[in-house]
Amino acid sequence: MTHAVTSGGMSAGEVVLEVRDLVKYFPITRGVVFKRKIGEVKAVDGVNLQLRRGETLGVVGESGCGKSTFAKLLVSLEKPTSGGISVQGQDISRLRGRELTRARRNIQMVFQDPYTSLNPRMTVGDIIGEPFAIHPDVAPPQDRRRRVQELLDLVGLNPDHINRYPHQFSGGQRQRIGIARSLALKPEILICDEPVSALDVSIQAQVVNLLEGLQDELGLSYIFIAHDLSVVRHIADRVAVMYLGKVVEVGTDLDIYDHPTHPYTQALLSAVPVPDPALRGHRDQIVLEGDVPSPANPPSGCRFRTRCWKAQEICATDVPALEPRGGSDHPSACHFAEERDVVHAID
Amino acid sequence: MSAQSSGQTALTSARAIAWARRRAALAGFWREYRTQRTGLVGLAFLLMVIALALATPWVTDAGGLDPTKVHGGRLDAPSLAYPLGTDELGRSVLLLTLWGARVSLLVGVTATLLAIVIGSLVGILAGHFGGWTSWVLMRLADWFIVVPTLVLAMVLLLVLGSNLFTIIVVIGVASWAGTARLIRAQTLAVEGRPYLERARALGAGHWHQMSRHVLPNVMPLVLASTTLQVASAILLESTLSFLGLGDPNQISWGTMLHRAYEAGAVSYGAWWYLLPPGLGILVVVLCFTLCGRAMESVVNPRLRGGGR
Repeated sequence: MTHAVTSGGMSAGEVVLEVRDLVKYFPITRGVVFKRKIGEVKAVDGVNLQLRRGETLGVVGESGCGKSTFAKLLVSLEKPTSGGISVQGQDISRLRGRELTRARRNIQMVFQDPYTSLNPRMTVGDIIGEPFAIHPDVAPPQDRRRRVQELLDLVGLNPDHINRYPHQFSGGQRQRIGIARSLALKPEILICDEPVSALDVSIQAQVVNLLEGLQDELGLSYIFIAHDLSVVRHIADRVAVMYLGKVVEVGTDLDIYDHPTHPYTQALLSAVPVPDPALRGHRDQIVLEGDVPSPANPPSGCRFRTRCWKAQEICATDVPALEPRGGSDHPSACHFAEERDVVHAID
Repeated sequence: MSAQSSGQTALTSARAIAWARRRAALAGFWREYRTQRTGLVGLAFLLMVIALALATPWVTDAGGLDPTKVHGGRLDAPSLAYPLGTDELGRSVLLLTLWGARVSLLVGVTATLLAIVIGSLVGILAGHFGGWTSWVLMRLADWFIVVPTLVLAMVLLLVLGSNLFTIIVVIGVASWAGTARLIRAQTLAVEGRPYLERARALGAGHWHQMSRHVLPNVMPLVLASTTLQVASAILLESTLSFLGLGDPNQISWGTMLHRAYEAGAVSYGAWWYLLPPGLGILVVVLCFTLCGRAMESVVNPRLRGGGR
C-alpha cells in the first residue's frame, strides 16, 4: 500500500497535499475511571492520496466509510494514529502549538451543516472575522471590517449585511458565509465535507458553482467529500471511492464514471437515479445485499468481499493492492477488477 | 430587514453597532419578561425594597441604632412614636428593619456573585477540558453538594471568625457547586456544536473557545441562576445570623430574629419584634425567586407553559 496514487488527466500542477498511509483508529474503551481498551474502530485505514494545485479531488462512499474522519484528519481536528499528511512538503500531523496554528492557515474546511456550524450569538461580521481574531497578524484590526466585506462580496452576499445574525439568512446564504469564513485566511487547500448535502437541490447547484468559480479565481485546490455522486461528478477532476476506511478505486472523473473497474464503484454508480425516464430499466442494476460491516471488526482480506458477487477464496486471504488492473489505466483495489458500464443503457 | 436600514447601520462605527445590538437584545428580553405577570410583581416589590434600603441612610438617623442614645422603653408595643414597637434595648424595630435590609441584601447579592463566578469558572473548565480535569472538578463539586451547606458554613465561620467579609466568602464558597453543575451541563451542550469544531479548525485556542463561544452561550443561564441563588444566599445569611454566627456589629434580619429570640420576645408575645424581619426575608426571597423563574423562562423557552 505504499504505492502513491497518481493518474493522468488535467492534473499537471505541483502536489500541494500528500497523504501517506494515513491511519486513524478510535479506541473502544470500557470503564469510567480506569479505562481499558477493548477494541478499535478502524475509521481510516491506510489511505494514500495526492492533491495537485487547482485540482478538485472528490471523495465518495456511503455513510460510515470514514469520509468525515478523513476530512477531520486533514484539518488536524483529529490526530492520525499513523501516517503523514504533508502540505507543500511540511508534515502537519507532527506539528504542535504555534506551528500548527500557522500551518492551519493553508488548509481550511467548509462544514456540512450551515445551520449549526455558525454561532447563533455572533454576527456575520464576527463569524467571518473570527479567523482574524485567532490569527491577528493576518490583518490589522482597523483593516478587518473591510476584509470581511470583501469576503462577503466574494461569495456573492451583500457586504452591508455584515451586522446581521445567521438566523436572518437562508441555508444557501449561510453556507456562503461558511465558505467566506474558510477563505478569510487565504488558504490554498479547502476541505469541503459534504458542503451541499444539507441544502435544497436548487441551492446545491449555486453553491457548487460558487466553489468552482472561486477555484478558478483564487487557484484553490479542493478535497470535495460527498455521498452524492452526481454532485461529485459535476465538480471533481479526480475521484476516490472509499469503503470501510480504505480507498478502493481512484481515477479521473471519466475513469470512475465511465470505466469503473471495482465492483463497489459499479454498485454505487448503478444506484444513481437516471433523469431520463426512457433509460429506466434499461440499465445494468446492481443491488448490494447486507450492511457495511462494522469498522471495529472489518472482514479479512478485501473488505468488500462480504457483499461482493465476485468474491472468491483469495479475497478472504489477500488484501488487494490499489494498482492499475484489468486492462484499465487507473488503480483499483480488486483482485478481479474488470470494467463494467453501469451508467449508460445497455440495450 | 430592508436593505436601506442595514445600509444605514453599516455606516456607523463598530462600537455604536455593538451598543445598538445590546440595547436591542435588552429590549427583546424585556418584551418577553413583561409577559410574565408573577415576574413583574416580584420585580416591582424587589425594586421597592432595594429603593428603601438605598434611601435608608438619608431618610433615617443612624444614631437610632446606638443603644446608648435611644429613649424607647423595653419591648414596647407599636405606638405613634415607634410604629413597629421597640426592641429589648429600646430601639425602634422599624429602624432596625430598614437598616437590616441593607445588610441582608448586600450579603445576599455579593455572596451570590462570588458563588456564580466560582461556579461558572469551574463549570466551563470542567465542560471544556473534560477527562481528568472534569472528573476532579466535578468530584469536588459533588463533595460540596453532599456536605450539608449549613453545617459547612457554620464550621467555616467558626474557623474564620465572623464578620461581614467572612460571611460573604463562606456563603459564596458553600453554594457554588450547584451552579458549577448547571454551567458544565450547558457547556457540554455548546461544546458539541459544530461551530466550536470549526473554531478549532481555524486554530482557536482554549481561551478563545471558552470566552468567545462558550461563555456568551451560557451567560443567559448564568444570569437567571444568579437571581435564583440570591434568594438562597439571603436565607443562608439569615439562618447563620439567627444561630448567632452573624457579624455582631451589623444588624441584619437574621441578627434581629436571633436577638428577639434571645430577649424572650416569643414568650413575651412581642410579635412586632419577630414579624418585620421575618416578613422582610419572606418578601425578598419570594421576589428574587419570582424574578429568577421569570428570567429562566425567558432564557429557556421550553420552560414556558404550553399556551404559547
